[in-house]
Amino acid sequence: MLTAVVFLPLAGAITIIALLGDNPRGVKWFAAGIGIAEFVLSIIVFAQYDHAAGGFQLADRYVDWVPLMDIQYHLAIDGLSAPFILLTGILGLAAIYSSWSVATRHKEYFAWLLVLQTAVMGVFAAQDFILFFIFWELELIPMFFLISIWGSGRKEYSAMKFLLFTFTGSAFMLVGLLTVFFSVNTFDMTQLVGMDLNDLLLPSQLVFAFFFIGFAIKLPIWPFHTWLPDAHTDAPTAVSVMLAGVLLKMGGYGLLRINVSMFPDVAMDAAVPMAILAVISILYGAMVTFRQSDLKRLVANSSVSHMGFVLLGISSIGATAGNLSPVGLTGAAMQMFSHGVVTGLLFVMVGVIYDKAHTRHIPDLGGLATRMPIAAVAFLVAGLAALGLPGTSGFAAEIMIFLGTFPAHGVITALATIGVLLAAGYVLWMVQRTLFGPQRERWAQLTDVSAVEAVAPMLLMAAILIVGIYPAIVSDVFRAGVNDFFPRLMG
Amino acid sequence: MSPHDIYLLSPEISLAAVAFMVVLADMVNGPKNLVPGVAIVGLAIPLFFIVLLWGEVADWWSLLDPQIGEREGFSIPTLFGTLAVDRFALFFKFLFIGSVGLVLMSSYGYVERFSERRGEFHVLIMLSAVGMMLMAAGTELITLYVALELSTLPLVALAAFGGDRRSSEAGLKYLVLGAIASAVLLYGMTLTFGFTGSTNLEAIAVAVGNVADGTDVFGIPLLAVGIILMVAGFGFKIAAVPFQGWVPDVYEGSPLPVTAFLSVASKAAGFAVIIRVFFTAFESLEVDWALLFAGIAAVSMTIGNLVAIAQTNVKRLLAYSTIAHAGYMLVGLAAVASRTTDNVSIGSGTLLFYLGAYAVTNLAAFFAIMAIMERTRSELIESFAGMSQRAPWLALALSIALLSLTGIPPTVGFMAKLFVFGAAIKADLAWLVALGAVNSVISAYFYLRVIRVMYLAEPKDHERSPRVIPLDISVAVTAIAVIALGVWPKALLEIADRAVQQIF
Repeated sequence: MLTAVVFLPLAGAITIIALLGDNPRGVKWFAAGIGIAEFVLSIIVFAQYDHAAGGFQLADRYVDWVPLMDIQYHLAIDGLSAPFILLTGILGLAAIYSSWSVATRHKEYFAWLLVLQTAVMGVFAAQDFILFFIFWELELIPMFFLISIWGSGRKEYSAMKFLLFTFTGSAFMLVGLLTVFFSVNTFDMTQLVGMDLNDLLLPSQLVFAFFFIGFAIKLPIWPFHTWLPDAHTDAPTAVSVMLAGVLLKMGGYGLLRINVSMFPDVAMDAAVPMAILAVISILYGAMVTFRQSDLKRLVANSSVSHMGFVLLGISSIGATAGNLSPVGLTGAAMQMFSHGVVTGLLFVMVGVIYDKAHTRHIPDLGGLATRMPIAAVAFLVAGLAALGLPGTSGFAAEIMIFLGTFPAHGVITALATIGVLLAAGYVLWMVQRTLFGPQRERWAQLTDVSAVEAVAPMLLMAAILIVGIYPAIVSDVFRAGVNDFFPRLMG
Repeated sequence: MSPHDIYLLSPEISLAAVAFMVVLADMVNGPKNLVPGVAIVGLAIPLFFIVLLWGEVADWWSLLDPQIGEREGFSIPTLFGTLAVDRFALFFKFLFIGSVGLVLMSSYGYVERFSERRGEFHVLIMLSAVGMMLMAAGTELITLYVALELSTLPLVALAAFGGDRRSSEAGLKYLVLGAIASAVLLYGMTLTFGFTGSTNLEAIAVAVGNVADGTDVFGIPLLAVGIILMVAGFGFKIAAVPFQGWVPDVYEGSPLPVTAFLSVASKAAGFAVIIRVFFTAFESLEVDWALLFAGIAAVSMTIGNLVAIAQTNVKRLLAYSTIAHAGYMLVGLAAVASRTTDNVSIGSGTLLFYLGAYAVTNLAAFFAIMAIMERTRSELIESFAGMSQRAPWLALALSIALLSLTGIPPTVGFMAKLFVFGAAIKADLAWLVALGAVNSVISAYFYLRVIRVMYLAEPKDHERSPRVIPLDISVAVTAIAVIALGVWPKALLEIADRAVQQIF
């Protein structure tokens, strides 16, 4: 089952390259078909995961892959990864539908987009360290091509910067995971979670730091974030959606899956530094966001701030034994899910506006709401979710993070709440200057979204509102995942 | 010399015989395809003997079915103990025959430009391979030296085969620098002989063991100097820093098939000798070599990759890349050298796996470049612009090869690096692995630059030249092997692991 989920997009990509003709319509609809099938599959997988039972389920396993180093083909999901499979399914479909206007080299484009989806799915489903790493690296190639061929602006520079940053992170990670392997002789992540990794070939603090750097670059956390505004701004819309929606989540997922659950002792010692980095990311990211006049760059920079909340939630493990609760970690995971759909939607809408208006310069825009009401509603919903309005997914996530973190780091959490305030500022400012205000002669010809363009916004809006109104649908699963390793933090 | 010795030497003898058959075929005024036909089909004979001999020293069946207990690997000495037939030698012989076959196949169209000297081209490559096979099998210093010369001298002629100034310069440079390296090597061997009183590796091991037990090797200056000179001599062959000076010019000047052969087979032969000599003769001194190899590895990787960034000529780029890869391989060697008793299992096979992986990857890269240059007639990276539109499959094949050289999955280059770095971590060489990982990041920059040019830049013209089928086949075979071995490394790893068992 999971094998099908992971490799279906890859099969689709190969089909597009090898078998399909040069007809753009055919390629688009074929890709959309794969996207829909993948979306349905991801819902089935998510629904099949029994969060009451917890643990790892739906395992696909071939033990004898590379016996010499005990590398296995091992896919499985637990509460931590199941919602991310769903998220990848949603955003993969949204990405394909927001690529409808791609004009050049469409075969390659959709093939790479599907390969990217396979890689991300693989990262969330892999339970063998090397397999995890292979998917982690595999994602670089499609991203590199997607940004550098179909991007805009300084696209080649941004693509290379993205690649070198991530590759540097994975170099550290590789050293870390090899050290773990040669200390305990297994790459099986389901077993590593229960092992005592305090006595490794290298100091476990160092190994922790190697993984942390790898994931912090991806998340991204200040001061490793500088690749993100460039990559986001210059990437095509669908790639920004995937990048913000799921690729950043790989970083947070890795922190939870590896740093926290495999190195609980080190992670608890590192809680205060993590909280400080988090609050710097939140505030610095928010302040930089205020300075942006490019719509896409603005959304990109807000991601730095929002992902800071993820790290803040993780730092809640620094609380004293009596106050320690899984709510902060669950909140961090929720924030990732929420940010995935919210920022995904923001990027989709920025893409729609740019397609029609051919500018992303905020001062040039204005009064778009009357010309494109549906788009404006979607943009507004995404904006309000981004600032954490109750009833949207953003609120549920942020409140859980603050609840979990406050007992651990009171002052730092208080500082972090300023980030929410700032978010309200820049989001409302952006929405007001783009959608409302005086109408301009220039934009009189703008039309609203077409039916095809409306698919992605509707899908993501539905996700935002469903999770906002009934967060338990996702948070219960996350909590089951957190509970699987949480006792180790207590003990 | 008994008939049994002839059987044990049959791969070398039959390859030499095939080479002479090619000479004869060249004299006959036969059809155009006769010479390459005889050469490529003839390679099946030594290949057959290699497979047969593997059956002598190991079980074929135990490879296919892990349930069957594996027979202890052993080595059959031959020709008065100067050569050995063991899995280690056979592994390399297979590698050499495979490279010769692919290189000859790929150069089917390329040799047209040598006109009358087509036959010689085939013969020289095969004779060089005979030398390499003897290098992998040699267990005695004089034999090793002669084998090394036999492999080098045909390559000198081949390097100068292009006929133009650059090619002649390449040949001369290779000859002169190679001669210096040989002299250094010979001097090192002499000193070692003077100290141990024998040229046989086993006997040297005994002599060294008697003296060096417990003492630092650098307490025995004579031996230390001898060994370091030998390292220098072999370092030339594997193109490691600081013995890499010849590499860029020779690679650039030589005809492309020769460069491909040089970069793959010659390097592998050098490693075969290093492994054999150091882990048979100087076993008791190992820990010192770990540091020496680690140092050379660190410098080779770093210098190779940093200088490669500035290259605009694709042959020079691959020349520096090959220096860097010698560094990665030496990481594996250092890991094996500093092994302790509990980690033998992981370290030893990985280096041979790396050599095999590097062979397919580099051959794929060179073949794709050959095919692309049939169209562009230029060695500059910028002339590859828009290749993804002019020749999509070739661009894809070259991209796969370059990704493999970078070490990005799902290619075999990733698996090879993973194993070698793993072995090094196990051997407490985490600093070297960190450096190697950083080097991979640096190398991503220049390998991807080539890919970027192929996929992003607009093509300068759309001329399509006729296809050369054998060249396309060799590109396809190697590129598919890069992916296949990356997804399914088990079989090669298993064979590599068994090949080194009686050495380490």
